[in-house]
Amino acid sequence: MKDNIIIKIRELTKKYGDFTAVNNLNLEIYEGEVFGLLGPNGAGKTTTLLMLLGLTEPTKGVAEVNGYDATKETLQVKRIVGYLPDHVGFYEDMTGRENLRFIGQLNGLDHYTIEERIERLLERVKLLDVGDKKVGAYSRGMKQRLGIADILMKEPKIIILDEPTLGLDPEGVKEMLDLIMELSKKDNRTILISSHLLHQIQKICDRVGIFVKGNLLAKGPIETLGEKVFSDEPLTLEIEILPLDDRVKKLLNSINGITDIKIIEGKIIIQSHEEVRKDLVKVLSQNDYEIRYLKQRGRELDDIYSRYFAGKE
Amino acid sequence: MIFTAGILPERSEKMNKSGLWILYKKELADHLHSKRFLIVLFIIAITGLSSIFAAGKGIVEAIGKQESDTFIFLRLFTTSSGSVPSFISFMSFLGPFVGLALGFDSINGERNRGSLSRLMAQPIARDSIINGKFLAGVTIIALMVFVLGIAIGALGIIMTGVPPTFDELFRIFTYLLLTIFYMSFWLALSQLFSILFKQTATSALAVVAVWLFLSIFLGLLINVLADFLYPLSNSSTLDIVLKNSKMKLYLNRISPATLYNEATLTLLNPGVRSLGFISQEQLIGAIPSALPFSQSLMIIWPHFISLIAINMICFTISYIYFMRQEIRA
Repeated sequence: MKDNIIIKIRELTKKYGDFTAVNNLNLEIYEGEVFGLLGPNGAGKTTTLLMLLGLTEPTKGVAEVNGYDATKETLQVKRIVGYLPDHVGFYEDMTGRENLRFIGQLNGLDHYTIEERIERLLERVKLLDVGDKKVGAYSRGMKQRLGIADILMKEPKIIILDEPTLGLDPEGVKEMLDLIMELSKKDNRTILISSHLLHQIQKICDRVGIFVKGNLLAKGPIETLGEKVFSDEPLTLEIEILPLDDRVKKLLNSINGITDIKIIEGKIIIQSHEEVRKDLVKVLSQNDYEIRYLKQRGRELDDIYSRYFAGKE
Repeated sequence: MIFTAGILPERSEKMNKSGLWILYKKELADHLHSKRFLIVLFIIAITGLSSIFAAGKGIVEAIGKQESDTFIFLRLFTTSSGSVPSFISFMSFLGPFVGLALGFDSINGERNRGSLSRLMAQPIARDSIINGKFLAGVTIIALMVFVLGIAIGALGIIMTGVPPTFDELFRIFTYLLLTIFYMSFWLALSQLFSILFKQTATSALAVVAVWLFLSIFLGLLINVLADFLYPLSNSSTLDIVLKNSKMKLYLNRISPATLYNEATLTLLNPGVRSLGFISQEQLIGAIPSALPFSQSLMIIWPHFISLIAINMICFTISYIYFMRQEIRA
């Protein structure tokens, strides 16, 4: 089931004048997975989503959703895709129920199906008691949950969420994430999430793509991302050993691949081109050094975060 | 896939239509529930009724005293009495206001509230959004104009005691139709601006600017231009005088308000025989009687068609822009 490609993006490019919002994007999304499109603001995430829905035309390239061309066959695409924009706008002088009913009618559903779905969905997003209140009186979290009910009215195969947790309090974020998880695991829908809040979203994603300045830097399961993002850079190891004497520098220099050794505040910082941990441990233990601490630097999600995301929110 | 391939086009067509119908119904309901509609209705009704009341009183006093007792019913609409302008000049003045009020935020309002992208994510054709909004607006205008027209007619009959002839009824009906087209033009223009401009305030101001330009500044500019090209003095030849006047007349017809006013005048005033220039020789032998409805209609047929055409031009431009526009939340 998971190897069935449902969204296929080929060389997708969008330019606004001289500015390239999305640059030559290639991406496949498999049926049933939760894919997180992560990147700082202005990276081109929303533009990519808009192109998937045919709400803006790509300068170059193709996006296929369930086999339909997203630019030319927008109606077919919109029939199976539920899209929740980052600032979802309801008709504020209509009640939650009326808003959902309107969307149901636009999707060509019959009266009975609409009423049945409204009831079921309002219960699911815990808004049953306020369903007859005007949406203008809803809190942001409630609107966002109504948004989920809204996209579920058409029973979509694919759900696209743009910054679903933005502006929610911690409780709201948790509720939202639980709801998204449920949509994936229980209903088995394909979910594409865009967000700049990496830490919130990473927990629920099967795979993520890191998107910076219009380019997809890396994609894959979250554990392997660090390797990919930093593959061109030297590996950095931090170790602490006992005893820390002068002999150790010579010993370490003899290991193949190590390019630089520094001793800072009792820690040895080693840079290398390739994986040296195995040799390192072997050499040190043969010479009776006790390794108290060993950590690879700069290959973790936190490092990706601090490099691309921090300070840009 | 094999089965749906044959079914899909048919189904999508059906859904297009239903999309339009549902949007139309919603827009209509929105208008009817809005305070804005109530304000517009209130202003139109107050001005319309007051002008008819004033005109009716004047007519009642004049009946029997003057020789022109014909077309009394039509004079209800065209007579101004003292300080109160006539019904037709009120309508000509308020037309842009009605169009503006109903349409200035139709697209950018939804865009700013974020509901446009939600709407666009549904399987409906893009054009049914603007079509639905425009049709709902026109329906509202038609309802208002006809209800007001009938109410005024009834009031007129009660006041003067003179029932309308069939000829007068046709004229009034055509006049109301013309008013709907005229107001629809301003609606179409407002909707176009609401697509072109992102802010509702900007689009409203743009409509007001066009309104002021067409109703005040265009006339002034044309006068200046015509007097510059064909200067008038005591010694001007007939040719120059004629050219000067013709230029003013034709250029003024750029403005839909001029078209509407000329057409209204001709329709409700059966004595009007021509909207151009007539020489003394042409008038010799003409019987000084009123034109039948069909002949009046013939004179203003170009005006009618022009009003419909500018509606369509506005709509076409809206279409071209909206179909390719990027919809961002």
